[in-house]
Amino acid sequence: MRSIPTGSSFSRLDDPRAELRFSFEGRAMVAREGDTLAAALLAGGAGFFRATPVSASPRAPWCMMGVCFDCLVEVDGVASRQACLIEVREGMRVRRQHGAKAL
Amino acid sequence: MAGYDIIVIGGGLVGGAIAWGAARLGARVALVDEGDVAFRAARGNFGLVWVQSKGADMPAYAHWSRRSAELWPGLQAGMLAATGVDVALQQTGGLAFCLSDAEMEERAALIARMHNASGDIGTRMLDRAELRAMLPAVGDAVAGASFCPIDGHANPLKLLRSLHAALLRAGGDYLPNRTVERIDHQPGMFTLHAGAERLTAAKVVVAAGLGSARLAPMVGLDMPVTPLRGQIVVTERVRPFLDCATHIARQTDEGSVLLGDSHEDAGFDTSTGVPVARGIAARNLAVFPLLKDANVVRVWAALRVMTPDGCPIYQHSESHPGAFAATCHSGVTLAGAHALALAPAIVAGQLPESFDAFHPHRFQLQPA
Repeated sequence: MRSIPTGSSFSRLDDPRAELRFSFEGRAMVAREGDTLAAALLAGGAGFFRATPVSASPRAPWCMMGVCFDCLVEVDGVASRQACLIEVREGMRVRRQHGAKAL
Repeated sequence: MAGYDIIVIGGGLVGGAIAWGAARLGARVALVDEGDVAFRAARGNFGLVWVQSKGADMPAYAHWSRRSAELWPGLQAGMLAATGVDVALQQTGGLAFCLSDAEMEERAALIARMHNASGDIGTRMLDRAELRAMLPAVGDAVAGASFCPIDGHANPLKLLRSLHAALLRAGGDYLPNRTVERIDHQPGMFTLHAGAERLTAAKVVVAAGLGSARLAPMVGLDMPVTPLRGQIVVTERVRPFLDCATHIARQTDEGSVLLGDSHEDAGFDTSTGVPVARGIAARNLAVFPLLKDANVVRVWAALRVMTPDGCPIYQHSESHPGAFAATCHSGVTLAGAHALALAPAIVAGQLPESFDAFHPHRFQLQPA
Protein backbone atom coordinates (compact mmCIF):
# COMPACT_ATOMS: atom_id res chain seq x y z
CA MET A 1 0.00 0.00 0.00
CA ARG A 2 1.19 3.50 -0.74
CA SER A 3 1.78 5.67 2.29
CA ILE A 4 0.75 9.24 2.81
CA PRO A 5 3.44 11.28 4.58
CA THR A 6 2.73 11.86 8.24
CA GLY A 7 3.11 15.24 9.86
CA SER A 8 0.36 17.80 9.54
CA SER A 9 -0.06 20.38 6.81
CA PHE A 10 -2.29 22.32 9.21
CA SER A 11 -1.32 24.60 12.07
CA ARG A 12 -3.77 25.89 14.63
CA LEU A 13 -4.65 29.55 15.12
CA ASP A 14 -4.51 30.85 18.68
CA ASP A 15 -7.28 28.82 20.21
CA PRO A 16 -8.60 29.38 23.73
CA ARG A 17 -10.76 26.22 23.76
CA ALA A 18 -10.07 23.45 26.27
CA GLU A 19 -7.96 20.50 25.18
CA LEU A 20 -9.37 16.96 24.82
CA ARG A 21 -7.33 13.78 24.69
CA PHE A 22 -8.10 10.83 22.39
CA SER A 23 -6.16 8.14 20.59
CA PHE A 24 -5.58 7.26 16.95
CA GLU A 25 -4.11 3.84 16.15
CA GLY A 26 -3.04 3.70 19.79
CA ARG A 27 -1.20 7.02 19.54
CA ALA A 28 -2.10 9.88 21.94
CA MET A 29 -3.73 12.82 20.18
CA VAL A 30 -4.90 16.25 21.31
CA ALA A 31 -8.04 18.01 20.08
CA ARG A 32 -9.81 21.21 21.11
CA GLU A 33 -13.33 21.11 22.45
CA GLY A 34 -15.76 21.34 19.52
CA ASP A 35 -13.33 19.97 16.92
CA THR A 36 -14.75 17.51 14.48
CA LEU A 37 -12.84 14.26 14.61
CA ALA A 38 -11.68 14.79 11.03
CA ALA A 39 -10.30 18.26 11.83
CA ALA A 40 -8.50 17.00 14.92
CA LEU A 41 -6.96 14.08 13.02
CA LEU A 42 -5.81 16.36 10.19
CA ALA A 43 -4.36 18.83 12.68
CA GLY A 44 -2.62 15.95 14.45
CA GLY A 45 -0.98 14.58 11.29
CA ALA A 46 -2.93 11.32 11.18
CA GLY A 47 -2.06 10.50 7.55
CA PHE A 48 -4.62 8.34 5.82
CA PHE A 49 -7.95 7.59 7.50
CA ARG A 50 -9.12 4.54 5.61
CA ALA A 51 -8.16 2.08 2.84
CA THR A 52 -10.93 1.49 0.27
CA PRO A 53 -12.71 -1.90 0.10
CA VAL A 54 -12.01 -2.74 -3.55
CA SER A 55 -8.53 -1.38 -4.36
CA ALA A 56 -7.17 -0.74 -0.84
CA SER A 57 -6.39 2.84 -1.89
CA PRO A 58 -5.46 5.05 1.10
CA ARG A 59 -7.84 7.99 1.60
CA ALA A 60 -8.17 11.10 3.75
CA PRO A 61 -11.03 13.62 4.07
CA TRP A 62 -11.94 15.46 0.93
CA CYS A 63 -15.26 17.25 1.40
CA MET A 64 -15.39 17.76 5.19
CA MET A 65 -19.18 18.01 4.95
CA GLY A 66 -20.53 14.46 5.04
CA VAL A 67 -20.67 13.69 1.35
CA CYS A 68 -17.49 11.95 0.18
CA PHE A 69 -17.18 9.18 2.81
CA ASP A 70 -13.39 9.25 2.51
CA CYS A 71 -13.00 10.06 6.22
CA LEU A 72 -14.47 6.76 7.47
CA VAL A 73 -12.84 5.52 10.67
CA GLU A 74 -13.59 3.10 13.47
CA VAL A 75 -14.62 4.90 16.67
CA ASP A 76 -14.73 2.97 19.95
CA GLY A 77 -15.15 -0.26 18.00
CA VAL A 78 -17.86 1.01 15.64
CA ALA A 79 -16.81 1.03 11.98
CA SER A 80 -17.86 3.36 9.13
CA ARG A 81 -18.14 6.52 11.23
CA GLN A 82 -17.80 9.72 9.23
CA ALA A 83 -15.04 11.59 11.07
CA CYS A 84 -16.14 14.95 9.64
CA LEU A 85 -19.61 14.65 11.18
CA ILE A 86 -18.76 13.77 14.79
CA GLU A 87 -17.16 15.81 17.52
CA VAL A 88 -14.18 14.55 19.48
CA ARG A 89 -15.00 13.35 22.98
CA GLU A 90 -12.48 12.85 25.79
CA GLY A 91 -10.98 9.35 25.67
CA MET A 92 -12.28 8.40 22.23
CA ARG A 93 -10.42 5.46 20.69
CA VAL A 94 -10.12 5.85 16.92
CA ARG A 95 -8.64 3.45 14.39
CA ARG A 96 -8.19 3.45 10.63
CA GLN A 97 -10.76 1.51 8.65
CA HIS A 98 -9.08 -1.05 6.43
CA GLY A 99 -11.34 -2.26 3.61
CA ALA A 100 -15.00 -3.10 4.05
CA LYS A 101 -16.62 -3.24 7.45
CA ALA A 102 -17.05 -6.67 9.00
CA LEU A 103 -20.58 -7.38 10.22
CA MET B 1 -32.26 -1.24 -49.85
CA ALA B 2 -32.89 -0.89 -46.14
CA GLY B 3 -30.26 0.88 -44.05
CA TYR B 4 -30.00 -2.02 -41.61
CA ASP B 5 -30.71 -5.74 -41.49
CA ILE B 6 -32.27 -5.37 -38.04
CA ILE B 7 -33.35 -2.41 -35.94
CA VAL B 8 -33.97 -3.21 -32.28
CA ILE B 9 -36.19 -0.68 -30.50
CA GLY B 10 -35.27 -0.53 -26.83
CA GLY B 11 -31.75 -0.15 -25.43
CA GLY B 12 -32.27 -2.05 -22.18
CA LEU B 13 -31.13 -5.54 -21.26
CA VAL B 14 -33.60 -7.32 -23.57
CA GLY B 15 -32.94 -5.12 -26.60
CA GLY B 16 -29.22 -4.89 -25.89
CA ALA B 17 -28.82 -8.68 -25.66
CA ILE B 18 -30.75 -9.26 -28.89
CA ALA B 19 -28.86 -6.50 -30.73
CA TRP B 20 -25.43 -7.80 -29.71
CA GLY B 21 -26.48 -11.40 -30.35
CA ALA B 22 -27.48 -10.48 -33.90
CA ALA B 23 -24.50 -8.24 -34.62
CA ARG B 24 -22.00 -10.89 -33.55
CA LEU B 25 -23.47 -13.14 -36.29
CA GLY B 26 -22.71 -10.48 -38.89
CA ALA B 27 -26.08 -8.73 -39.14
CA ARG B 28 -26.05 -4.95 -39.64
CA VAL B 29 -27.81 -3.84 -36.47
CA ALA B 30 -29.00 -0.55 -34.98
CA LEU B 31 -30.13 -0.32 -31.38
CA VAL B 32 -32.54 2.60 -30.97
CA ASP B 33 -32.83 3.84 -27.38
CA GLU B 34 -35.33 6.40 -26.19
CA GLY B 35 -33.37 8.35 -23.55
CA ASP B 36 -33.83 9.38 -19.97
CA VAL B 37 -37.56 9.95 -20.46
CA ALA B 38 -37.93 6.16 -20.69
CA PHE B 39 -38.62 4.08 -17.59
CA ARG B 40 -35.40 2.10 -18.01
CA ALA B 41 -36.11 -1.07 -16.03
CA ALA B 42 -32.56 -2.20 -16.86
CA ARG B 43 -31.16 0.57 -14.63
CA GLY B 44 -33.04 -0.68 -11.58
CA ASN B 45 -32.53 -4.42 -11.90
CA PHE B 46 -31.68 -6.53 -8.86
CA GLY B 47 -29.28 -8.74 -10.83
CA LEU B 48 -30.46 -12.30 -10.23
CA VAL B 49 -29.90 -15.14 -12.67
CA TRP B 50 -32.84 -16.94 -11.10
CA VAL B 51 -34.21 -20.24 -12.28
CA GLN B 52 -35.68 -22.23 -9.40
CA SER B 53 -39.23 -20.86 -9.37
CA LYS B 54 -39.53 -19.56 -12.94
CA GLY B 55 -42.27 -21.12 -15.05
CA ALA B 56 -44.11 -23.04 -12.32
CA ASP B 57 -47.22 -22.84 -14.52
CA MET B 58 -45.46 -22.78 -17.90
CA PRO B 59 -42.87 -25.53 -18.45
CA ALA B 60 -41.64 -23.77 -21.62
CA TYR B 61 -40.64 -20.79 -19.44
CA ALA B 62 -38.94 -23.09 -16.91
CA HIS B 63 -36.91 -24.70 -19.69
CA TRP B 64 -36.10 -21.33 -21.29
CA SER B 65 -34.83 -19.94 -17.96
CA ARG B 66 -32.67 -23.04 -17.44
CA ARG B 67 -31.28 -22.75 -20.95
CA SER B 68 -30.40 -19.14 -20.27
CA ALA B 69 -28.55 -20.09 -17.08
CA GLU B 70 -26.57 -22.61 -19.16
CA LEU B 71 -25.80 -19.99 -21.82
CA TRP B 72 -24.84 -17.29 -19.30
CA PRO B 73 -21.14 -18.29 -18.97
CA GLY B 74 -20.87 -17.86 -22.75
CA LEU B 75 -22.44 -14.42 -22.49
CA GLN B 76 -20.06 -13.45 -19.70
CA ALA B 77 -17.08 -14.68 -21.73
CA GLY B 78 -18.37 -12.79 -24.78
CA MET B 79 -18.63 -9.54 -22.83
CA LEU B 80 -15.14 -9.97 -21.37
CA ALA B 81 -13.59 -10.76 -24.75
CA ALA B 82 -15.34 -7.92 -26.61
CA THR B 83 -15.19 -5.17 -23.99
CA GLY B 84 -12.90 -6.20 -21.12
CA VAL B 85 -15.84 -5.77 -18.74
CA ASP B 86 -16.31 -8.49 -16.15
CA VAL B 87 -20.05 -8.62 -15.44
CA ALA B 88 -19.35 -10.48 -12.16
CA LEU B 89 -21.40 -13.59 -12.88
CA GLN B 90 -21.52 -15.91 -9.87
CA GLN B 91 -23.50 -19.12 -10.42
CA THR B 92 -23.06 -20.38 -6.89
CA GLY B 93 -26.68 -21.45 -6.33
CA GLY B 94 -29.75 -19.66 -5.01
CA LEU B 95 -31.73 -19.78 -1.76
CA ALA B 96 -35.38 -18.90 -1.20
CA PHE B 97 -36.01 -18.60 2.56
CA CYS B 98 -39.05 -19.89 4.45
CA LEU B 99 -39.96 -18.30 7.78
CA SER B 100 -42.39 -20.96 9.04
CA ASP B 101 -43.21 -24.65 8.72
CA ALA B 102 -46.23 -23.69 6.60
CA GLU B 103 -43.98 -21.77 4.20
CA MET B 104 -41.61 -24.77 4.09
CA GLU B 105 -44.49 -27.05 3.08
CA GLU B 106 -45.74 -24.60 0.48
CA ARG B 107 -42.27 -24.19 -1.00
CA ALA B 108 -41.61 -27.94 -1.03
CA ALA B 109 -44.90 -28.47 -2.88
CA LEU B 110 -43.93 -25.85 -5.49
CA ILE B 111 -40.50 -27.43 -6.02
CA ALA B 112 -42.07 -30.91 -6.32
CA ARG B 113 -44.64 -29.62 -8.82
CA MET B 114 -41.90 -28.03 -10.96
CA HIS B 115 -39.81 -31.19 -10.72
CA ASN B 116 -42.76 -33.22 -12.04
CA ALA B 117 -43.76 -30.74 -14.74
CA SER B 118 -40.37 -29.58 -15.98
CA GLY B 119 -37.73 -32.05 -14.75
CA ASP B 120 -35.26 -32.14 -11.89
CA ILE B 121 -32.57 -29.45 -11.79
CA GLY B 122 -31.31 -30.39 -8.34
CA THR B 123 -33.48 -27.99 -6.33
CA ARG B 124 -33.92 -29.31 -2.81
CA MET B 125 -35.32 -28.22 0.54
CA LEU B 126 -32.86 -27.49 3.36
CA ASP B 127 -33.90 -27.53 7.01
CA ARG B 128 -32.48 -24.93 9.36
CA ALA B 129 -29.43 -27.00 10.32
CA GLU B 130 -28.51 -27.75 6.70
CA LEU B 131 -29.06 -24.11 5.78
CA ARG B 132 -26.88 -22.87 8.67
CA ALA B 133 -24.11 -25.23 7.58
CA MET B 134 -24.21 -23.58 4.15
CA LEU B 135 -24.85 -20.01 5.32
CA PRO B 136 -24.00 -19.33 8.99
CA ALA B 137 -25.43 -15.77 8.85
CA VAL B 138 -29.11 -16.85 8.78
CA GLY B 139 -31.14 -16.00 11.86
CA ASP B 140 -33.40 -18.03 14.13
CA ALA B 141 -36.54 -16.78 12.36
CA VAL B 142 -35.66 -18.86 9.30
CA ALA B 143 -37.21 -22.35 9.19
CA GLY B 144 -35.31 -23.42 6.10
CA ALA B 145 -34.97 -22.72 2.40
CA SER B 146 -35.14 -24.16 -1.07
CA PHE B 147 -31.72 -24.34 -2.74
CA CYS B 148 -31.20 -24.49 -6.49
CA PRO B 149 -27.60 -25.15 -7.57
CA ILE B 150 -27.90 -23.41 -10.97
CA ASP B 151 -29.18 -20.06 -9.70
CA GLY B 152 -26.78 -17.13 -9.62
CA HIS B 153 -26.33 -13.39 -9.93
CA ALA B 154 -24.46 -10.78 -11.93
CA ASN B 155 -23.96 -7.02 -12.08
CA PRO B 156 -26.81 -5.70 -14.26
CA LEU B 157 -25.30 -2.24 -14.83
CA LYS B 158 -22.01 -3.71 -16.04
CA LEU B 159 -23.99 -6.09 -18.25
CA LEU B 160 -25.95 -3.24 -19.82
CA ARG B 161 -22.82 -1.17 -20.39
CA SER B 162 -20.91 -4.09 -21.89
CA LEU B 163 -23.80 -5.11 -24.19
CA HIS B 164 -23.81 -1.60 -25.66
CA ALA B 165 -20.01 -1.56 -25.99
CA ALA B 166 -19.92 -5.07 -27.49
CA LEU B 167 -22.57 -4.06 -30.05
CA LEU B 168 -20.33 -1.21 -31.22
CA ARG B 169 -17.32 -3.53 -31.35
CA ALA B 170 -19.33 -5.92 -33.53
CA GLY B 171 -20.02 -3.09 -35.99
CA GLY B 172 -23.51 -2.16 -34.80
CA ASP B 173 -24.89 1.31 -34.15
CA TYR B 174 -26.25 2.55 -30.82
CA LEU B 175 -28.68 5.41 -31.48
CA PRO B 176 -29.77 7.09 -28.22
CA ASN B 177 -32.31 9.87 -27.64
CA ARG B 178 -34.70 8.68 -30.35
CA THR B 179 -38.38 8.20 -29.59
CA VAL B 180 -39.92 6.02 -32.29
CA GLU B 181 -43.26 7.64 -33.13
CA ARG B 182 -44.33 5.53 -36.07
CA ILE B 183 -43.34 2.36 -37.92
CA ASP B 184 -44.34 2.02 -41.60
CA HIS B 185 -44.14 -1.27 -43.47
CA GLN B 186 -43.71 -2.16 -47.13
CA PRO B 187 -42.81 -5.71 -48.17
CA GLY B 188 -39.24 -6.35 -47.04
CA MET B 189 -38.75 -2.99 -45.36
CA PHE B 190 -39.73 -1.19 -42.18
CA THR B 191 -39.38 2.58 -41.85
CA LEU B 192 -39.10 4.05 -38.36
CA HIS B 193 -40.03 7.67 -37.74
CA ALA B 194 -38.08 9.33 -34.92
CA GLY B 195 -38.53 13.10 -35.03
CA ALA B 196 -37.36 14.21 -38.46
CA GLU B 197 -35.19 11.12 -38.83
CA ARG B 198 -36.10 8.04 -40.91
CA LEU B 199 -34.42 4.70 -40.23
CA THR B 200 -35.01 1.65 -42.42
CA ALA B 201 -34.45 -2.05 -41.83
CA ALA B 202 -35.46 -5.42 -43.22
CA LYS B 203 -36.49 -6.55 -39.74
CA VAL B 204 -37.59 -4.73 -36.61
CA VAL B 205 -37.59 -6.00 -33.03
CA VAL B 206 -39.83 -4.29 -30.46
CA ALA B 207 -38.07 -4.70 -27.11
CA ALA B 208 -38.99 -1.38 -25.55
CA GLY B 209 -40.19 -2.56 -22.15
CA LEU B 210 -43.29 -0.65 -21.08
CA GLY B 211 -43.04 1.34 -24.33
CA SER B 212 -43.74 -1.84 -26.29
CA ALA B 213 -47.46 -1.63 -25.51
CA ARG B 214 -47.66 1.45 -27.77
CA LEU B 215 -45.20 0.31 -30.46
CA ALA B 216 -46.20 -3.33 -30.96
CA PRO B 217 -49.65 -2.74 -32.58
CA MET B 218 -47.99 -0.61 -35.32
CA VAL B 219 -46.61 -3.84 -36.80
CA GLY B 220 -49.31 -6.36 -35.90
CA LEU B 221 -47.85 -7.41 -32.54
CA ASP B 222 -49.52 -7.55 -29.14
CA MET B 223 -47.65 -6.56 -25.97
CA PRO B 224 -50.11 -6.15 -23.09
CA VAL B 225 -47.50 -5.09 -20.51
CA THR B 226 -48.08 -3.14 -17.29
CA PRO B 227 -45.75 -1.71 -14.62
CA LEU B 228 -45.07 -3.34 -11.24
CA ARG B 229 -42.87 -1.24 -8.98
CA GLY B 230 -39.97 -2.73 -7.06
CA GLN B 231 -37.75 -0.91 -4.59
CA ILE B 232 -34.17 -1.80 -3.72
CA VAL B 233 -32.26 -0.85 -0.57
CA VAL B 234 -28.45 -0.86 -0.85
CA THR B 235 -26.00 -1.05 2.04
CA GLU B 236 -22.42 0.11 2.30
CA ARG B 237 -19.74 -2.39 1.30
CA VAL B 238 -19.24 -5.03 3.96
CA ARG B 239 -17.00 -8.10 4.22
CA PRO B 240 -18.32 -11.09 2.23
CA PHE B 241 -20.92 -13.16 4.12
CA LEU B 242 -23.28 -14.21 1.31
CA ASP B 243 -21.87 -15.78 -1.84
CA CYS B 244 -25.04 -17.36 -3.21
CA ALA B 245 -28.05 -15.58 -4.68
CA THR B 246 -31.23 -15.26 -2.62
CA HIS B 247 -34.69 -13.99 -3.54
CA ILE B 248 -34.46 -11.10 -1.06
CA ALA B 249 -30.76 -10.19 -0.89
CA ARG B 250 -27.53 -10.51 -2.80
CA GLN B 251 -24.03 -9.36 -2.02
CA THR B 252 -22.11 -7.97 -4.97
CA ASP B 253 -18.55 -8.90 -5.83
CA GLU B 254 -17.46 -5.56 -4.34
CA GLY B 255 -19.30 -6.05 -1.05
CA SER B 256 -22.51 -3.98 -1.30
CA VAL B 257 -25.66 -5.79 -0.21
CA LEU B 258 -28.79 -5.28 -2.32
CA LEU B 259 -32.08 -5.90 -0.52
CA GLY B 260 -35.32 -6.11 -2.43
CA ASP B 261 -38.27 -8.16 -3.62
CA SER B 262 -41.00 -5.59 -3.03
CA HIS B 263 -44.02 -5.57 -5.35
CA GLU B 264 -46.31 -2.55 -5.65
CA ASP B 265 -48.98 -1.58 -8.12
CA ALA B 266 -48.07 2.12 -8.34
CA GLY B 267 -48.83 2.90 -11.97
CA PHE B 268 -45.94 4.70 -13.63
CA ASP B 269 -44.73 6.31 -10.38
CA THR B 270 -41.01 5.54 -9.88
CA SER B 271 -40.65 7.26 -6.50
CA THR B 272 -39.31 5.55 -3.38
CA GLY B 273 -40.95 5.54 0.02
CA VAL B 274 -39.90 4.81 3.59
CA PRO B 275 -42.73 2.34 4.42
CA VAL B 276 -41.70 -0.09 1.66
CA ALA B 277 -37.98 0.34 2.41
CA ARG B 278 -38.74 -0.35 6.07
CA GLY B 279 -40.56 -3.55 5.12
CA ILE B 280 -37.64 -4.68 2.96
CA ALA B 281 -35.22 -3.97 5.81
CA ALA B 282 -37.37 -5.76 8.41
CA ARG B 283 -37.72 -8.90 6.30
CA ASN B 284 -33.99 -9.01 5.62
CA LEU B 285 -33.13 -8.40 9.28
CA ALA B 286 -35.21 -11.42 10.22
CA VAL B 287 -33.20 -13.56 7.79
CA PHE B 288 -29.80 -11.87 8.30
CA PRO B 289 -29.62 -10.37 11.83
CA LEU B 290 -26.04 -9.18 11.21
CA LEU B 291 -27.39 -6.54 8.80
CA LYS B 292 -28.46 -4.45 11.83
CA ASP B 293 -24.96 -2.90 11.76
CA ALA B 294 -24.90 -2.16 8.01
CA ASN B 295 -25.45 1.43 6.92
CA VAL B 296 -27.91 2.00 4.09
CA VAL B 297 -26.41 4.19 1.37
CA ARG B 298 -29.08 4.19 -1.36
CA VAL B 299 -32.69 3.33 -2.13
CA TRP B 300 -34.14 3.29 -5.61
CA ALA B 301 -37.30 2.20 -7.38
CA ALA B 302 -37.93 0.88 -10.87
CA LEU B 303 -40.85 -0.54 -12.81
CA ARG B 304 -40.90 -4.22 -13.74
CA VAL B 305 -42.39 -4.94 -17.15
CA MET B 306 -45.17 -7.42 -16.39
CA THR B 307 -47.26 -9.49 -18.76
CA PRO B 308 -50.71 -10.76 -17.60
CA ASP B 309 -49.27 -14.15 -16.52
CA GLY B 310 -45.78 -12.96 -15.57
CA CYS B 311 -44.18 -15.06 -18.33
CA PRO B 312 -42.25 -13.64 -21.30
CA ILE B 313 -43.78 -12.78 -24.66
CA TYR B 314 -41.96 -13.59 -27.90
CA GLN B 315 -43.84 -13.05 -31.12
CA HIS B 316 -43.25 -12.91 -34.87
CA SER B 317 -45.90 -10.77 -36.57
CA GLU B 318 -48.26 -12.68 -38.87
CA SER B 319 -49.41 -9.49 -40.63
CA HIS B 320 -45.97 -7.83 -40.83
CA PRO B 321 -43.37 -10.58 -41.47
CA GLY B 322 -39.99 -9.55 -40.15
CA ALA B 323 -41.43 -7.73 -37.13
CA PHE B 324 -40.67 -9.38 -33.80
CA ALA B 325 -41.41 -8.53 -30.19
CA ALA B 326 -39.76 -9.64 -26.95
CA THR B 327 -40.47 -8.78 -23.35
CA CYS B 328 -39.98 -10.24 -19.89
CA HIS B 329 -39.41 -9.05 -16.32
CA SER B 330 -36.16 -11.02 -16.00
CA GLY B 331 -33.78 -9.19 -18.29
CA VAL B 332 -30.73 -10.48 -16.44
CA THR B 333 -31.80 -14.12 -16.07
CA LEU B 334 -32.80 -14.36 -19.71
CA ALA B 335 -29.90 -12.34 -21.17
CA GLY B 336 -27.96 -15.48 -22.06
CA ALA B 337 -30.91 -16.94 -23.98
CA HIS B 338 -31.80 -13.63 -25.62
CA ALA B 339 -28.27 -13.07 -26.93
CA LEU B 340 -27.33 -16.62 -27.86
CA ALA B 341 -30.63 -18.36 -28.73
CA LEU B 342 -33.34 -15.78 -29.55
CA ALA B 343 -31.11 -13.42 -31.58
CA PRO B 344 -29.92 -16.20 -33.95
CA ALA B 345 -33.58 -17.15 -34.58
CA ILE B 346 -34.43 -13.53 -35.43
CA VAL B 347 -31.42 -13.33 -37.76
CA ALA B 348 -32.66 -16.53 -39.45
CA GLY B 349 -36.09 -14.91 -39.78
CA GLN B 350 -38.29 -17.36 -37.88
CA LEU B 351 -39.05 -18.25 -34.27
CA PRO B 352 -38.83 -22.04 -33.84
CA GLU B 353 -41.90 -23.98 -32.65
CA SER B 354 -40.47 -24.03 -29.14
CA PHE B 355 -41.45 -20.33 -28.91
CA ASP B 356 -45.17 -21.02 -29.55
CA ALA B 357 -45.94 -21.16 -25.81
CA PHE B 358 -44.77 -17.53 -25.49
CA HIS B 359 -47.16 -16.15 -28.13
CA PRO B 360 -49.58 -13.56 -26.69
CA HIS B 361 -52.60 -15.40 -28.12
CA ARG B 362 -52.45 -17.34 -24.84
CA PHE B 363 -54.16 -14.34 -23.21
CA GLN B 364 -57.19 -14.70 -25.51
CA LEU B 365 -57.75 -18.42 -24.91
CA GLN B 366 -60.99 -19.17 -23.10
CA PRO B 367 -60.81 -21.67 -20.25
CA ALA B 368 -62.36 -25.03 -21.22
